[in-house]
Amino acid sequence: MTLMTKLYGAAAALALTAGAAVAEPALIFDLGGKFDKSFNEAAFNGAVRWAEETGETFREIELQSEAQREQALRRFAENGNNPIVMTGFAFGNVLSEVAPDYPDTKFAIIDMVVDQPNVRSVVFNEHEGSYLVGMMAAMASDSGTVGFIGGMDIPLIRKFACGYAQGVKAVNPDATVVANMTGTTPAAWNDPVKGSELTKAQISQGADVVYAAAGGTGVGVLQTAADENILSIGVDSNQNYLHPGQVLTSMMKRVDNAVYDAMKAGTDLETGINVMGIANGGVGYALDEHNESLVSAEMKTAVDDAAAKIASGELAVHDYMSDDSCPALSF
Amino acid sequence: MDFVTLLQVLDSTVRLATPLLLACLAGLFSERAGIFDIGLEGKMLAAAFFSAAVAAITGDVWLGLGAGVLASLALSLLHGLASITFRGNQLISGVAINFLAAGLTVLIAQDWFSQGGRTPSLIGEGRFEGITLPGVEAIAGIPLIGPIYGELISGHSILVYVAFAMVPLTWWLLYRTRFGLRLRAVGEAPEAVDTAGISVVGLRFVAVGICGVLCGIAGAYLATALQAGFVKDMTAGRGFIALAALIFAKWRPWYALYACLLFGLLQAVALRYQNIDLGAFVVPVQVMDALPYILTVVILAGFVGKAIPPRAGGEPYVKER
Repeated sequence: MTLMTKLYGAAAALALTAGAAVAEPALIFDLGGKFDKSFNEAAFNGAVRWAEETGETFREIELQSEAQREQALRRFAENGNNPIVMTGFAFGNVLSEVAPDYPDTKFAIIDMVVDQPNVRSVVFNEHEGSYLVGMMAAMASDSGTVGFIGGMDIPLIRKFACGYAQGVKAVNPDATVVANMTGTTPAAWNDPVKGSELTKAQISQGADVVYAAAGGTGVGVLQTAADENILSIGVDSNQNYLHPGQVLTSMMKRVDNAVYDAMKAGTDLETGINVMGIANGGVGYALDEHNESLVSAEMKTAVDDAAAKIASGELAVHDYMSDDSCPALSF
Repeated sequence: MDFVTLLQVLDSTVRLATPLLLACLAGLFSERAGIFDIGLEGKMLAAAFFSAAVAAITGDVWLGLGAGVLASLALSLLHGLASITFRGNQLISGVAINFLAAGLTVLIAQDWFSQGGRTPSLIGEGRFEGITLPGVEAIAGIPLIGPIYGELISGHSILVYVAFAMVPLTWWLLYRTRFGLRLRAVGEAPEAVDTAGISVVGLRFVAVGICGVLCGIAGAYLATALQAGFVKDMTAGRGFIALAALIFAKWRPWYALYACLLFGLLQAVALRYQNIDLGAFVVPVQVMDALPYILTVVILAGFVGKAIPPRAGGEPYVKER
C-alpha cells in the first residue's frame, strides 16, 4: 500500500514538473562547450541575463558528439520547451529535418539560415565588425603590416578575414595583410601551439597587430602576441582582459543579445531571417578599462564614424560569402 | 629565401619537433620492448593538463612538470596493467587511454577552474622560459656562426635540450648497456629472455614506465613551455605524428631524431608559406600537412626499404609450461 502511495506521489511530482516545463525556453550549446570564453559562453550569458531579469528558468544542454544534435532537439521539443535556441552553423541540416515535425514549437538558430516557417535564423554581419577592428589595426600598426589568423578554413572565417582586410586598406591602402588559416579540420579550432607558430611567422614577416578568429587556437595567438610585445585583437566575446594593455580590442559578436532577444520574445518569437549588424548592435568592437590606453581619440572617432556610415548604408563592406571572393585579400 | 628567414624556419622546426621527438622516443622504448603504444597522444594530453594545472595552482613550473610526468606515468602503468599483466589487446588499451585522457582532462579542468576546460594562463615562474646559452654575446659578431648559435641553438627552453640529449642517451642505453640488450630482446624473442632467467613482465613494465616519463615531459613542454596553459585537445594529433615518425625511423633512435626534424620542418614550412608557388604549379598547404602521413604510408608499403617492427610486438607473453 505504502509502495503504491509512493508511486502515485512520484507520478504526481513528475506531472507537475512536466507541466512547469511547458513554457521554459531551452538552449543547446555546440561542441565548443559552454565556457569557451567566446561564442557559446556569450550565448549562455544572454540566457542568464534573461533569466535574471524575468526570474524564470531555462533548460540547457552541452553537446558531446555530433550524434546528439537531433536527439537533443527532439527531446526538448517533445518536452514542450519553447522556444529552442541553438548555437552554431552545424545545426543547420538537423534543424531543417526536425523543425517540420514540431510546427507549434519555435526554433532559433544562430549563424545559419534554415528556411522553415517556425525557425528564426540569426546571422551576424561579421564582416562589418571585422572592418572596424581592421581600421583600428591599421591605425595602431607602425610597420604597415598586420596579420590575420583564422581557425578552420571555412567560408565564415574567410568572411572575417575579408572584412578585416577591407578595413585595413580603407585606412592605409599600402598596408600588407598577412592572412593564415590554422588548418582544414576541426582540430584547427584547438591548436594553440600552431597558433603561436603562425603568430611568430607573421611577426617575422613584419606584422605588429594580429587578429585571431580561431576559437581555442586564438588563446595561443594572443599569448604569443603578448610575449613578443605586439598587439592582438580578440574575437566573438570581449577578450581584452586576457592580456590587459596588449589586446588592442575585440571584435564583438553579440550572440548574447541574440539569445536574450529570442528568449524574451518567448513563444511569440518572430521567425525568418534576423540579420544582426552594426545597425542593430549585433557586432561591434570592445572598449573597456583594459584597452583604453591603446585606443586613441583619433582612432575612436574614425571607427565610430565608419560604424555610423555602415549603419546608415552609406558604406558597404563586401561580404565574402555573397560571392566567394574578396576584393582586398587573396586566399 | 634569405638567411634570416631560413633561421626563423629552422628555429620553428626545433620548437615543433621537440614534442614529436620526446613522444617518438617514448614510443621507441615501449615498442622495442614489444608493447605497441597508440596511447602516446592521450598520455601527452594528460601530462599537458596536469603540468599546467599544478603550475597554475602552485606557481612553480617544476612542480607542474613533476605532476605532468606522474599523470603520464599513471596512464602508462594502466596500459601496462591491461596489456602486460592481464594480456589484453594493446591497441584497444591504447585507444582507451586516448579517450580517457581527452575526456578526463576537460572534466577535471572544468571542475577545478570553471574556465571551459582550460587552465588559467601561467605567468612568471609558472612557465619554462627560454634560456640563453653562455657565449652568445661573445660570438654574436661572427658572421654565420654567431646568428646560428644565438638564434637557432640558444634561447630555447630547458626541455628542448633535454629532448635532444635524450637521443644519444637512448642510443647508448639501447645498444651499449646490458639493460638495452635485454630490452631489445624482450621485444624480439621474449621466450629467450625468459629462459635466461630474466623477468619479461618486469622489463616490459620498466619500458612502459620510461615511455610514460618521456610522454610526460612532452606534454609538459606543450603546456608550460610552448604555451602558457592547457586548452582542450591541445596535442592536436601530435602523438599520432610521433608514431608515424617512429615507423618512418624504423624504431631506431638517431633516425627518430631525423624523422622528427623532417616532420617538424614540414610543419614549419607549411606554417610559414601557406601555399608554395613553384612557378609551374602551386603546392597547397594541405599537401604539406598531409606529407608526414603520406611518407609513412610510402615507408610501410615498402618502397623505401622495409619497416619491420619488433617481432614480438603486440603479443602478450605467455610463459610456457
